[in-house]
Amino acid sequence: MLGKLDISAIPIDEPIPLVAGGIVLAIILAVLIWAGVKGYYPYIWREWITSVDHKRIGVMYVLLAMVMLLRGGIDAIMMRAQLAIAFHSDGLFPPQHYNQIFSAHGTIMIFFVGMPFVIGLMNLIVPLQLGVRDVAFPTLNSVGFWLTATGALLVNISLVIGEFARTGWLVFPPLSELTYSPGVGVDYYAWSLEISGIGTLVAGINLVTTVLKLRTRGMTYLRMPMFCWTTLASNLLIIAAFPILTATLTMLILDRYLGFHFFTNEAGGNSMMFMNLIWAWGHPEVYILVLPAFGIFSEVVSTFSSKALFGYRSMVLATMAICIISFMVWLHHFFTMGAGPNVNAVFGIASMIIAVPTGVKIYNWLFTMFGGRIRFDTPMMWAVGFMVTFIIGGLTGVLVAVPPADFLLHNSLFLVAHFHNVIIGAVLFGAFAGYTYWFPKAFGFRLHEGLGKAAFWFTLIGFYVTFVPLYAAGMLGMTRRMQHYDVAEWRPWMIAAGVGTILLTIGVVFQLLQLAVSIRHRDELRDATGDPWDGRSLEWATSSPPPVFNFAVMPNVTGEDAYWTIKSKARQQGLQAREPDYRDIEMPRNSPTGFVCAFFATVMGFALIWHIWWMVILGLVGAFATFVVFAWRDHDEYVIPADEVARIDRANLAERQAAVNAAESPA
Amino acid sequence: MNILDPQGPIAAANKTILIDSVAIMLAIVVPTIVAILAFAYWFRQSNPRARYLPDFAYSGRIELVVWSIPALTIILLGGVAWIGSHELDPAVRVEGTGSPVRIQAVSLDWKWLFIYPDQRVATVNSLTVPVGAPLEFELTSASVWNVFFIPQLGSMIYTMNGMVTRLNLRADNEGDLRGLSAHFSGDGFPSMMFDVHVISPLDFPNWVANTAKTGAVLDADSYRELERQSVETGRRVYRLDNPRLFEYIATQKIPPAPGPTLTTQSAQSYLGK
Repeated sequence: MLGKLDISAIPIDEPIPLVAGGIVLAIILAVLIWAGVKGYYPYIWREWITSVDHKRIGVMYVLLAMVMLLRGGIDAIMMRAQLAIAFHSDGLFPPQHYNQIFSAHGTIMIFFVGMPFVIGLMNLIVPLQLGVRDVAFPTLNSVGFWLTATGALLVNISLVIGEFARTGWLVFPPLSELTYSPGVGVDYYAWSLEISGIGTLVAGINLVTTVLKLRTRGMTYLRMPMFCWTTLASNLLIIAAFPILTATLTMLILDRYLGFHFFTNEAGGNSMMFMNLIWAWGHPEVYILVLPAFGIFSEVVSTFSSKALFGYRSMVLATMAICIISFMVWLHHFFTMGAGPNVNAVFGIASMIIAVPTGVKIYNWLFTMFGGRIRFDTPMMWAVGFMVTFIIGGLTGVLVAVPPADFLLHNSLFLVAHFHNVIIGAVLFGAFAGYTYWFPKAFGFRLHEGLGKAAFWFTLIGFYVTFVPLYAAGMLGMTRRMQHYDVAEWRPWMIAAGVGTILLTIGVVFQLLQLAVSIRHRDELRDATGDPWDGRSLEWATSSPPPVFNFAVMPNVTGEDAYWTIKSKARQQGLQAREPDYRDIEMPRNSPTGFVCAFFATVMGFALIWHIWWMVILGLVGAFATFVVFAWRDHDEYVIPADEVARIDRANLAERQAAVNAAESPA
Repeated sequence: MNILDPQGPIAAANKTILIDSVAIMLAIVVPTIVAILAFAYWFRQSNPRARYLPDFAYSGRIELVVWSIPALTIILLGGVAWIGSHELDPAVRVEGTGSPVRIQAVSLDWKWLFIYPDQRVATVNSLTVPVGAPLEFELTSASVWNVFFIPQLGSMIYTMNGMVTRLNLRADNEGDLRGLSAHFSGDGFPSMMFDVHVISPLDFPNWVANTAKTGAVLDADSYRELERQSVETGRRVYRLDNPRLFEYIATQKIPPAPGPTLTTQSAQSYLGK
């Protein structure tokens, strides 16, 4: 009846996951009861869960990422605590638990923090920057988000029911095959990523279509803001790479469920093929994460320097070059597999070539600052911190792309330090910069500056104190994924890294504090102008938060930095006098399709993990029926009448005008 | 285990390439970091002496320079990578004094078996080699992947079941080193560290003779016992029964080892075992 599932699946002998799970469950219950008492359910259902508004979906993606950042962060704290202690001892966690922690940390941070954070910001901002009213496929967008949430949910369920993979975040066979990992851990991993991978793929298709097909009048490709370009590149990579991940995991699932032999030791399976396939997805994945961050920094550096981006066309070229070359370098993840000197050298050099367009980007940001009038608000602090940190990560990255150097550093803590150097230094700093930069656009008030700066400094210094010791430990031969060690010379570095983790944790606490304090003081931090940073692109042309239709009248773009041009013209020729010609606006109807579909996907995923076959069929039929019902719909749009549009827009404009006047009149 | 303190020519060459590459990159990285901080500081809004150039968004000359600097650096480094990959190909023999020593390494769960087919001895978690002699490794795994790595001798390489990888090293100074596995292989993975004893070539035959005298016999039966998962605390030694044992393991004539699997019983309860 319940497949492999019985009461012994709950790890009563391991108090840590149970207590953690209990606390999380208590928090969720408390929030649900609170929302119920306050009567928020209808609002949450109508305005958020069933919403197909790209802004709402973007916000939910970012919220998911931030919640999962806490989960992945707690994993990180446990790992660093373990290694600070586990010298000549077993430390805090036995191997079967520690191995789950590092596997979960990697999986969560990449798939459920990095991905939703950048996809959320792209969802929120790209349609606004393009001057359009929504993404190309609004309901599909909602489906994509909820499937991502399904994956995250399944990974977290593994905490209290069964176990998570204990094989590392890329579940390398043959260790991940049924023979050597008979538990449900690898199945949790595989099904979570199969389901959320489909979510990511549809998000990618949606955003590529949006950029290619939905641009406002005059928004030619070479007038798009840099963030739109990096979004395009990143989502092209998603479309090309994620099917590889899905197929690879499908092969692993076939091995585990139906006795196939793709990657087994026996019967002609070849585990080296898994390495190639997983990294053929895995390397582009790095650029899927980092390209949007590059876009965010391009916007931030240009805005806060009060200058157009230097070398815009060069930046476009560099972005697309990275997009293409990133697909040709996957083998550098396993130079030590013995492929031979020609293969290693070719892939080593190809990997280095990516450093050229990346270097160009750094120089272009540098020259964007040159001759600027730089305001050091929190997003700009993240940007400068990123530029310095990322160069160091780039240096160590090119270093491990030199095969003979990699022969000493492969899989070492030096490598771990390198990829945290680029993922924290670029992706996470970029996500935080984008979060503070666009928060006022999404909610109509700024985040607290002082707490934001405190978070920045703790995160920056905490990063160096954590990861410089890991570089050092890697030079001393220490390898990753060790649950304990007996080499005395590694010990001080592990303790130092533990101290750094405390600083990073304080940084995260400041971020949470910043959010809480800012919400409490939202009236003082209110931004009525819709343009708190003196922005340059079209997202700042509308009110904050934007109306559901984004723009009452579709903007007309005449050059790069569209909104800057509009503002300059307005300054020279006086403010716009002519009332625009308001028309009826058609907007997509809300739809519970995404949520219901994801509900059935969760049921199906859970049932597949535990071999509960009747429930698999139930989930599959349910998800398909949801899709059929959606496909049968008669009305998918509703009309906002011109009068209503005019009323909303006039009110917004009046408020903005008042705010601008108040700012300009001498106090 | 400091990789900057190499004890053999391969590790020394690896290290030289590592240092050279860092030096080449630092030559542009340091000025760039300084420029970032300097520009950010000088062009701050509150500095009245900084000139504001709102329209400075393109310069063909600067574009040429910013594409050339990283490109030239990469051309230089690419040369280093190409030559280095060929000179330090792990499969290429290393010159040395004395006759080469063949060593066949098998990663077991969770220990290393070192077979000396010519000397007809085998050891677990302890590798003894003569100083200065070329060391010719053939490597495979009994079950899951591992990586064979002696940091101070250089160049790590994967061990994989059903496949043989090759590695050539040389140790130049007598003394004790340590090696480890650099690819996660299950619960006992951190215990896969092994000792490396580099001894004088004159002592090596004595060591072989002593080992052959004291060791138990390693044949199919004792191998089957050895390949079962365990964390090894002692340093077992064996007399080798059949010098083709490694070949049997690598070609799967001896089937892959049953482990590694979970080490706790409680977690196994729901597996229906």
